[in-house]
Amino acid sequence: MNPRSDPLVTFEQLCSTKEVVISTGSGGVGKTTTAAAVGATAAANLGVKVLVLTVDPARRLASALGLERFGNTEVEIPAGAFTDVGVEPEGELWVAMLDTKASWDDLIAQHAPDAATRDAILANPLYDNITGKFVQSHDYVAMERLYEIHNSGRYDLIVVDTPPTRNAVDFLEAPERMADFFSSPLLRWLITPYRSRIMNFASKPFYSVADRILGSQFLEDIAEFFMLFQTMYDGFVERARAVTTLLGGPQTTFMVVSTLEVAPSREAQFFCDLLGERGYHLGALVLNKVLPQYMLDPEGTEAARALERDAFKLAADLVPELGNPPVKKAHLSHVLSESARSYLDHQVVARREAEQRRELSSVPDLVLTVPYQTEDIHSLAGLLSVGGRIWR
Amino acid sequence: MPSVPLLDRRLLFVTGKGGVGKTSVASALGLLAAGQGRRTLVCEVDAKGNLADFYGLGPLSFSGTKVRDRLYAMSMDTEESLKEYMSLQLRVPLLARLGPLARTFDFVANAAPGVKEILTVGKFTYEVKEDNYDLVVVDASATGHVVGQLASPVAISELVSVGVVRSQTEWMIDILTDPRQTGVVVVTAPEEMPVTESLELVERLRGETDIDVASVVVNRVLPELFSHGEEEIFGRLRATEVTAQLVDAVGPGVHRVLDGAQLAVDMRRGSVPHLERLRGGLPEGIPVLYVPYLFHRSHGTRATHRIAEFLGEELL
Ligand SMILES: Nc1ncnc2c1ncn2[C@@H]1O[C@H](COP(=O)(O)OP(=O)(O)OP(=O)(O)O)[C@@H](O)[C@H]1O
Ligand SMILES: [Mg+2]
Repeated sequence: MNPRSDPLVTFEQLCSTKEVVISTGSGGVGKTTTAAAVGATAAANLGVKVLVLTVDPARRLASALGLERFGNTEVEIPAGAFTDVGVEPEGELWVAMLDTKASWDDLIAQHAPDAATRDAILANPLYDNITGKFVQSHDYVAMERLYEIHNSGRYDLIVVDTPPTRNAVDFLEAPERMADFFSSPLLRWLITPYRSRIMNFASKPFYSVADRILGSQFLEDIAEFFMLFQTMYDGFVERARAVTTLLGGPQTTFMVVSTLEVAPSREAQFFCDLLGERGYHLGALVLNKVLPQYMLDPEGTEAARALERDAFKLAADLVPELGNPPVKKAHLSHVLSESARSYLDHQVVARREAEQRRELSSVPDLVLTVPYQTEDIHSLAGLLSVGGRIWR
Repeated sequence: MPSVPLLDRRLLFVTGKGGVGKTSVASALGLLAAGQGRRTLVCEVDAKGNLADFYGLGPLSFSGTKVRDRLYAMSMDTEESLKEYMSLQLRVPLLARLGPLARTFDFVANAAPGVKEILTVGKFTYEVKEDNYDLVVVDASATGHVVGQLASPVAISELVSVGVVRSQTEWMIDILTDPRQTGVVVVTAPEEMPVTESLELVERLRGETDIDVASVVVNRVLPELFSHGEEEIFGRLRATEVTAQLVDAVGPGVHRVLDGAQLAVDMRRGSVPHLERLRGGLPEGIPVLYVPYLFHRSHGTRATHRIAEFLGEELL
């Protein structure tokens, strides 16, 4: 029997057993909020030290937690913030945000064989470009940072927020790709000295074209940069493998967050399938911003249709009931018909959501629904309230 | 300086936070422009994008698909762009030569920062320069990456001192930094994070690039159900005796209807501060266009047409 079909599995269980929870999903579905809610609720209910790590370049978590900016350093949310909202926390809540540039600098400092190589890399004009603008470098360094923090043993539970799913695939592959990159024969070729390179017949067409496009100076700059980088080859490859192992290991689980809109649910499905294929542990699917079930009530539909049709007549009968100051019949009629129209409009959306929910297959056993919140969640209280809904 | 009318520009980059409606707006702008007689190309940058869905087409390619009169859609492919570029600019003759090059391409594109970006931006500016289209609408990358993309010609020109690429960056920069030709359309939604990100993006675009922000499109705007006075009437309706009378008239489902209307009122109310923050935070002179939330069809060709209609009215 599939052990995951145990209907009793809960977030509480998941957070008690796993050490790393990775929150994924497309943009705007509430991934960051959910990650923070899970982290905060775990800290409140379990006697553990929790870190919420957001790797999203847009600094969402900061504002969700009411913190203006928190950089690469890990910051503790004081226990007082919990007691202020009437919660006696069992554990500790820490938050950190990924600063790509600072993380790269740390990484170089750690892997460079000596201070001279380190400084040469940090000073190379390509370095800033690679670490700042080169998009995938973000994914890699995020995974690397997760690995480093996990390995340090500073936390019992790390909840990680990721970039949107299309990137989250990149995210999963980033460590492998980084290893491939450093093992590439082309890289070796590129960093062989210029002269022996033009002698090499096989690579000549490429070189001459590349040279015409980019200019040999630029190629030389690249070569120098990677030559320096090469000195860190072993460290990087080894690290990348370790990171891949962590992601697929028994201590890690993924939670996929989605709304029931068409595009996000398709992506969620895609990502659930992908995780399954690759043997990652899919712990939970969180459906966020879902409209309430009563929007689908047939009696509601009936009442709304009648209200819309008879608004004017009903208004005439109701005016005396509404007391003073007297209301205008036309206004009341408008209120009735607008209410009905709004109900029917939202019902279309609720139906679409129900259909979308039905179409989600191959989802994990733990599927949780968070209703549409009309107020933004940017306080610990809000996070705990969302977390409370999915916790047990 | 009064802003140049949106569709009179030559190159529009449509960007915004993930899921706010970039592709919806880009495809609608394309439809609108073509409908007004402009030869228009809509291009998606994301290889896994879904632009085709918005026009009811099969998969798109680099070579472009005709959508309707004067309207074409394509998807970006940096490798194809490189091949096209080489055959056009460098007259690298034989396809045979491209064999080993294709293999090495990925490596070079990854190793040399900005190469992918410039091949992307280069293709669009090239279409403009050659006058192949009156308007090129780009369904661009999400907020986080677009600044790097738009800044790539400048970045490359700083890194590469000689060579063909260097000499090519100049005309690209000329087109990109001319507000009569190029503009960014920032799509957002009246929610907390989309607004925050949009304001940050506008600030970064103005700080880090010389590219004009042509417009902000607020998509998925929820309707206002009641005027102030009507809201008070709605409150009175919810008194027990009044609702009881409505139950007699239209059935017990009326509770559902009133709860639903209350939720809609609250949702709308929750969005207002974000709209205000957006308007208050944008530098002066950037036009803001509004597209309502579409209840009945939010996806597909019908939705594209509806959004085009709304944008058309906003642009009058
Ligand atoms: N005005 C609208 N009213 C209701 N729903 C809308 C509206 N505009 C867009 N949507 C919905 O939002 C979803 C996302 O829109 P779209 O794909 O255009 O966003 P995007 O910004 O291109 O997303 P991505 O970042 O994934 O590329 C669409 O599937 C559609 O269902
Ligand atoms: Mg899109």
